[in-house]
Amino acid sequence: MSKKNTIKKREPVLMQGNEAIARGALDAGVNFYAGYPITPSTEIAEIFSYELPRRGGKFIQMEDEIASISAIIGGSLAGAKTMTATSGPGFSLMQEGIGFAKMTETPCVVVNVMRGGPSTGLPTKPSQSDIMQARWGNHGDAPAIVLYPNSVMESYELSIRAVNLAEKYRTCVVLLSDEVLGHMRETVNLPDLSKIKIINRIKPTIPPEWYKHFPENPKYPMPMASFGEGYRFHVTGLSHDEKGFPTNKAKEISLMMERFRKKIEYYIKDIVQIESFFMEDAKIAIFAAGITARAAKEAVMKARKRGIKVGLLRPLTIWPFPDAAVKKYLGDKKAIIVPELNEGQLSLELKRVMGGIWNYEIRKTKNIVELHKNSGELITPEEIFRTIREVK
Amino acid sequence: MPKISQKAIHKYLRHDKNFPHVWCSGCSNGIVLGATIRAIAELGYKKDNIAMVSGIGCSSRMPVYVDFNTLHSLHGRAIAYATGIKIVKPEMKVIVITGDGDATAIGGNHFIHGARRNIDMTVILINNNIYGMTGGQYSPTTPYGDRSTTTPYGNIDPTFDICDLAIGAGATFVARTTAFHAIEAQSFIKQAFEHKGFSLVEIISACPVIYGRLNKKGDAPAMMKSMKENVLPIKTFEKLTDEQKKGKQKRGIFVNKIRPEYIEEYDKLVRSLQDEKGRE
Repeated sequence: MSKKNTIKKREPVLMQGNEAIARGALDAGVNFYAGYPITPSTEIAEIFSYELPRRGGKFIQMEDEIASISAIIGGSLAGAKTMTATSGPGFSLMQEGIGFAKMTETPCVVVNVMRGGPSTGLPTKPSQSDIMQARWGNHGDAPAIVLYPNSVMESYELSIRAVNLAEKYRTCVVLLSDEVLGHMRETVNLPDLSKIKIINRIKPTIPPEWYKHFPENPKYPMPMASFGEGYRFHVTGLSHDEKGFPTNKAKEISLMMERFRKKIEYYIKDIVQIESFFMEDAKIAIFAAGITARAAKEAVMKARKRGIKVGLLRPLTIWPFPDAAVKKYLGDKKAIIVPELNEGQLSLELKRVMGGIWNYEIRKTKNIVELHKNSGELITPEEIFRTIREVK
Repeated sequence: MPKISQKAIHKYLRHDKNFPHVWCSGCSNGIVLGATIRAIAELGYKKDNIAMVSGIGCSSRMPVYVDFNTLHSLHGRAIAYATGIKIVKPEMKVIVITGDGDATAIGGNHFIHGARRNIDMTVILINNNIYGMTGGQYSPTTPYGDRSTTTPYGNIDPTFDICDLAIGAGATFVARTTAFHAIEAQSFIKQAFEHKGFSLVEIISACPVIYGRLNKKGDAPAMMKSMKENVLPIKTFEKLTDEQKKGKQKRGIFVNKIRPEYIEEYDKLVRSLQDEKGRE
């Protein structure tokens, strides 16, 4: 049998972004994957289908994306670390399951390798137009943890992080990628397995009759029972009380909703990751994520060579939005350039945060310069550089 | 068949704040719940080892009342959730409780693919011919001409024969009975539990408050009587003329066969890979 997907580890290897995501998830302990084929994410499923049976894990190709997310939530309740991967149209189908996972606080990771939309759109072209879908896709107010790498190595790292955060905060974590990031190959040096921090689910030790699957004031990570281990709890998508039973009582519902909110609010420092690149003395800032941030970095270097003081602020955690970092780093900038492969999703959020500051605190800052592209092509370093020169 | 006492049933119920249940008076869901629990008691399954999964609808409210590992999932998706549980914990007994709309309309895809895979689980499908929870809209099993709140002039949609659908999709145990035949239901459910593979027990039930009222079928006893008279054993049904068969259905075990089961096939695959590793 061919060994195309078996990687010699701990040596530099040439790896594809999608492969790095699968590899990271496997190293983080994902042992159940259910998915449905869709370009440009399919390689992730292919690697899992090869690797999991060899490692005692489980893989299944389901009949659609709804079934895929449903199966991994069921599998997670039965005690597995789970993942599924898809792209825009499939991600839309998964929304009801994502909402269910958040509502029932069941850990799982959904990878969305973004492609051009709307609808079937551009299956083989990159896009960043699911930034808002990843935040608001499910109905109802629910917490969202969404990560977005910008390299193959980071795809590996954030894949591990996504699994860890899902397990720690008991929620569905979305890992964004895009067609270019998913399909490009780079040399990566995978760290030693012993050096990777893995968060595993803690099993409850209290007697079953005291066990509450949804305790009022949880400390994360917290004990979580699995099906078939003596705890016999109930899980429902209905608003529920601490034991998981449906409730209509306003007080109990408020407690539940508060728990979802606090999960992000209280632990935001643990969840949010940002990279600041030449930001210390920058007069102009670029705010970009994922594949576009790579072009932005190139543009920053080019501008710096010409003596233009420009820097890049890059969120690795898209949601929760890094409000504090944005205020800290971007509050006093003359201009902020926001290049993105959509019609202004990150910049919309930036305006929300900056609006307050600019209106009442620092009036000297001029504007947010938006640079959009939604035609399936990447934004080039030259285009960003040109914009830098224009706003200078 | 050993008699399971009422007291024994209580052992399997949750005595928290979940009662009284949500079902209307005259609803058949309680009868099916009773038959299911008696079948479990007869087989002596451990409560810890049972996962009961449901979708959305009247019948799908069942898991909250029983003291198992219970999952009240999304509309139509119960079989997909159950598939995940079964794959990860094959040692668990996975039971899916669903209804006609849940399993054959919104969940039709998962239903046929569960049957195709022949993954080991028992689907107990309570068919009341209507969407009860939302107040009485027509389902894929609402008979031709019948009234519902969305067929005010009578239903023109042809109906599904759920058992035929399951057989066509590859289910390896398929049976139908009614809530009137509660002992038979218990026996079918028990046999389905013991069957290795995808098993379906369709239980025709009475919804006197919504379906019955909209279609002037009478009260609960009248609807039970109608199930007794119109749902006949396979042999009796086959003897009828085409004219007599109108408005009647057959009940019994239609299919009971062995075909490779999904989890076993997966395990086989894993073992073959291990052997390959061992040889290297």
